[in-house]
Amino acid sequence: MRRIRAAASGAVVVSLLTAATACGGGSSTGGGSNESPKTLTYWASNQGPSIEADKKILQPELDKFEKKTGIKVKLEVVPWSDLLTRIMTATTSGQGPDVLNIGNTWSASLQATGALLPWDEKNLAKIGGRDRFVESALGSTGAEGQDPAAVPLYSMAYALYYNKKMFADAGIEGPPATWDELVATGKKISKDDKWGLGAEGSNLSNNIHQVFVLGKQHGADFFDAQGKADFTSDGAVKAVKQYVDLMAADKVVAPGNAEYAQNQSLSDFSKGKTAMVLWQAAATTFKAQGMKDEDWGVAPVPVQSGTPGQDTSVNSMVAGINMAVFKNTRNLDGALEFVKFMTSDEEQKHLCSTYGSIPPVKAAQSDPAFDRPELKVLRDTLATSAAPLPQVPDESQFETAVGTAVKNLFAQAASGKQPTEADVEAELTKAQQQMAGQ
Amino acid sequence: MTTTISTPAGQAGVRGKAPGTARGPRRPGRLRRIGLPYLLLLPALALELLVHLVPIVIGFVMSFKELTQFYLRDWTAAPWTAFDNFSVAVDFDAPVGRGLLHSFWITCLFTVLSVGLCWLLGTTAAVYMQETFAGRGLLRALFLVPYALPVYAAVITWAFMFQRDNGLINHVLTDQLGLTDGRPFWLIGDNSFIALLTVSVWKGWPFAFLIVMAGLQNIPKELYEAAALDGAGVWQQIRRITLPSLAPVNQVLVLVLFLWTFNDFNTPFVLFGKAAPEAADLISVHIYQSSFATWNFGTGAAMSVLLLGFLLLVTGVYLFFTSRGRKVSHV
Repeated sequence: MRRIRAAASGAVVVSLLTAATACGGGSSTGGGSNESPKTLTYWASNQGPSIEADKKILQPELDKFEKKTGIKVKLEVVPWSDLLTRIMTATTSGQGPDVLNIGNTWSASLQATGALLPWDEKNLAKIGGRDRFVESALGSTGAEGQDPAAVPLYSMAYALYYNKKMFADAGIEGPPATWDELVATGKKISKDDKWGLGAEGSNLSNNIHQVFVLGKQHGADFFDAQGKADFTSDGAVKAVKQYVDLMAADKVVAPGNAEYAQNQSLSDFSKGKTAMVLWQAAATTFKAQGMKDEDWGVAPVPVQSGTPGQDTSVNSMVAGINMAVFKNTRNLDGALEFVKFMTSDEEQKHLCSTYGSIPPVKAAQSDPAFDRPELKVLRDTLATSAAPLPQVPDESQFETAVGTAVKNLFAQAASGKQPTEADVEAELTKAQQQMAGQ
Repeated sequence: MTTTISTPAGQAGVRGKAPGTARGPRRPGRLRRIGLPYLLLLPALALELLVHLVPIVIGFVMSFKELTQFYLRDWTAAPWTAFDNFSVAVDFDAPVGRGLLHSFWITCLFTVLSVGLCWLLGTTAAVYMQETFAGRGLLRALFLVPYALPVYAAVITWAFMFQRDNGLINHVLTDQLGLTDGRPFWLIGDNSFIALLTVSVWKGWPFAFLIVMAGLQNIPKELYEAAALDGAGVWQQIRRITLPSLAPVNQVLVLVLFLWTFNDFNTPFVLFGKAAPEAADLISVHIYQSSFATWNFGTGAAMSVLLLGFLLLVTGVYLFFTSRGRKVSHV
């Protein structure tokens, strides 16, 4: 009997102790140094079809860098779902990589932690200066009025991809330019288990990208001038409702898309189940899924009326990956050297054409490799009608809070309920209060 | 260098050891006899302290701090906020508190159902497995598969099976058996609770099976023989012999299952991602989202402390009553 009781209390202690969540402590000392000038650790984000593919693409470049400088780069490709948490953990413990990729929308959030090396004029000069980069890409490297927390590495923009054959079969002339046209086009196609438009209703970031653009088109920004959350403005409510209504009211998005979060909408598109998707640089994925380049076309994302341009005709977020240096680096010179290498004209041409993204480096952009028609649409969008997500410290919370609100509304729509304006406002109010609760 | 050190050390070892081993087992010193077990426990104790107790203390300290992204790098510098984090967590009129309360009730219901079903399935299977029959060993091994599989791989497979359009579950339920009208969603909306419960029971019952089976082996066969002679039927044997003999085993089993299920993070996180549907918003993922996704580690830590307090209370009450029951039965 005593043994059993001992076992019970042992089990209890262990279970209770693991119940308490806490993240590790430890403070860190400032600035980088050059204690270990011959090695670097690099966390790359997962860009290609798989982590293995990324390693294969990046390793030869790292070897090239080692040959040139004698600095060995230890590569780790981190999946998207883990990246932000990994960076947070590294920030808290002070034990991070020397160089890392970040999603450009997180720039201001991560900048606020103070863990990333600020790119002042002196540091920027070491990689060739600010003028080498496209202005819109620099717009998502940190809060306005502060030194950038990162430099742009790969740029992307959203576009409307459409299936040429499905369009021809339904007697549709060309891609829609406004949302009304998109809904009309979608309705013509949405029958017999085929659908007009694909969506990723359970992917929080994707939800944010879509409703941010629609928000811009309705004159809403989701944050006020002081950087405080403003999720319930008329424009924001209209934007979220318009996006969810594509499934709930217009019925051009399949209800099943409400649970998509693993790019299933791209497979549906490749298989000819949906005729359109709003995506960033999808060409390589279509190819990997067995779709021929001539089977699909690209057009700018629709606007409310007229043609894409500035302000309320914004039709994409500035999507992309930035490269940052961890302030704690033990090889500051080497880290700067490595960023210089990765943002050099030659590497930019090579890496961006491999990944299907657009170089944020002006000189590389003019390379003939980027003359393909779909890249022209993406490039024009980036140059004239894309806006960066709000560069505020709370941006990453916004992605979770509002992204979840849109996910919940999609779940309602999928079950046949048509969310009203009041429903949308209630979800957004809840999201905002979660932010204000901090 | 190794040789120069090892030679004298080896000799010293031999010299010191020889008389020690000769004397050791015959009459160990009083101090050594009492001290040795504690000495042997020391490494485990130190490790336990490091791995569990230190984070708990840190988590406790964090719950009194305003810990946002601005202080992530050096959390000790974050300002103290007295009980602000706690009052935010338990303000049930505001969304944060309401969300916590909602996920608490969901977790309670989920835990009761999951533990109950795991126990019932495990016990039933263990009782049946007592009989010898052809293929028993194979079946036993098969039952333990869910217990042996890596959680992540198993749960991600379930997530695929639960997909509405391409998943196996709907294929069987709708296309083959015609049990549902239209394809139900399992990963969003209210059904997500059923999906979560299914995976949890599938994952948890083999442990109950294993423990109950071990407990059954300890019940003397003679008891059943005597009972049979006295004319007790199968049901009476189970009620009067099996269940009472299993009581101490069950008390531990239910407690452990309760704690595991209440704190389960992997299953909901892998099944639903970082934003679980409201119907399946278990408290551990809820706290994770409150700390990591909204970068508000202070409130998250406060919620963890509250959860720890609740579990300690429940466990204390449970142990108090079950151990009292045991004493009474022995009088």
